[in-house]
Amino acid sequence: MLFFSGADFAQQVVSGLSSGGVYASLALAIVIIYRSTGVVNFAQGEMATFATFIAWSLMNHMSYWPAFALTCLIAFAGGVVVERVVIRPVEGTSVLTIVIVTLGLALVFNGASSWIWGAQVKSFDSPFSTRPIHVAGVAFSIQDIGIIVVSLLLVFALWLFFQFTKVGLALRAAAVNPAESRFVGIRVGWMLALGWGIAAMLGAVAGMMAAPVVFLDPNMMLPILLYAFAAAVLGGLDSPLGAVVGGLLFGVVLNLVSAYSDFVGGTLKLPVGLVVILLVLLFRPQGLLGHTSVRKV
Amino acid sequence: MPLLELDHVYASYGGVRALHDVSLAVDDGQVVGVLGPNGAGKTTTLRAISGVVHTTGAVVYRGKRIGKSPVQAARAGIAHVPEGRGTFAELTVDENLRLGAYTIRGRADERRVLTYFPWLGERRRQQAGTLSGGEQQMLALARALMARPRLLLLDEPSLGLAPRVVRSIFELVSKLNAEEGLTVLVVEQNANVALDHSHKAYVLEAGRVALRGVSAELRDDESVRRSYLGY
Repeated sequence: MLFFSGADFAQQVVSGLSSGGVYASLALAIVIIYRSTGVVNFAQGEMATFATFIAWSLMNHMSYWPAFALTCLIAFAGGVVVERVVIRPVEGTSVLTIVIVTLGLALVFNGASSWIWGAQVKSFDSPFSTRPIHVAGVAFSIQDIGIIVVSLLLVFALWLFFQFTKVGLALRAAAVNPAESRFVGIRVGWMLALGWGIAAMLGAVAGMMAAPVVFLDPNMMLPILLYAFAAAVLGGLDSPLGAVVGGLLFGVVLNLVSAYSDFVGGTLKLPVGLVVILLVLLFRPQGLLGHTSVRKV
Repeated sequence: MPLLELDHVYASYGGVRALHDVSLAVDDGQVVGVLGPNGAGKTTTLRAISGVVHTTGAVVYRGKRIGKSPVQAARAGIAHVPEGRGTFAELTVDENLRLGAYTIRGRADERRVLTYFPWLGERRRQQAGTLSGGEQQMLALARALMARPRLLLLDEPSLGLAPRVVRSIFELVSKLNAEEGLTVLVVEQNANVALDHSHKAYVLEAGRVALRGVSAELRDDESVRRSYLGY
């Protein structure tokens, strides 16, 4: 049914921004790895699910925020280890090889999640109440706003890190020009590992933000990863800002489309993601904020 | 003992030999030129020191074996400005300078470096890739100096630049050598300008040292000029 009320519309936008924040975090993770290694990490979603399960286990023993912080640390370390142990040996080989390795990783993490925690759906605590708050006659969910705030804080912290710290700058340098980076003394291999660690941490946060809404199970991140891909492609695979803008935009549009149309909802949301990827790749392959790749011959 | 010594160094790229029994020495406080035609092994000599190319023989810097990796060389106090500018084109001037100081603990002394490149200070926020060729070469030099190196490896700084710009770059190298005591090993195809601004020089030919000597003497020896330097 098509009926617009300002309040309802505002509510849908905020709710879209909250899923968009999750897509943005995961899209940013994809972009960070893409920029430094030139490949898309197809295991990003499954690594996030695995980390969310770890958080779920930790939350049986401690309260939410300590478990959240500990999960971030574990995810970071896990990302570094995965790069060193699994990706390192295939570094510098063909893109196809690395892509297949990440696909394999996705299967491994998916299987490990089912094996350790079982395939049944679990509920996952949220640090935010689902109670609505009323602002100017519009009811917003505190949870939605909480997710938006956490995602944006995370993105902002990362921006500060990349912009103003020595290691952050070295990470960017290693991504754009590895050969040159070695001449100034940057250990490029470790920078790649660090990038994987940061990406894994972003994924873990995305997983923990998504789990209270979509419930925790081993396949939880599959649709979210697809949306994050769509967001990253939309924003430009080599643009961190594009990933964030793309994620938020995609969340809002997807939510509005499913709220105001009869036929897109539930499972039909997925094809929308695929259609966005297809259209962007056809008409603007570099995305909204990405760079056209120029190859010097 | 020289600051840097190459002792019977051989290097090859995938089975093709690029350096053949190269021995050379760079004394502390000197500017040393490596001359020769294209493909003589000049760039490979610098790459051997930085460990970008695999070598046999010894590369000794301040009494220690180096030449394993560019990171090792950078951390030992050697700044390498590779051929083709060697700046991070996507990053800003300021970020390039900060990266130069990557191996330095604590705050880098940007101000001291900028006294040699006053115009760079006003262009800090500019993307390095948007600078002109000469400006990028200057930025590459400035970035190298940020690491407070003891030894500077300079690869073909004249490449693609106007003669006037080339002169000013070499004048700056001489100035840094005189004022900061910076030791420089410079690879250059433009023998004329390199001999004018160096203490001694090696001439490479087909991966071997064909000739060595005091720069001023090489420059003034007509037979040397005709048979090796081609001018």
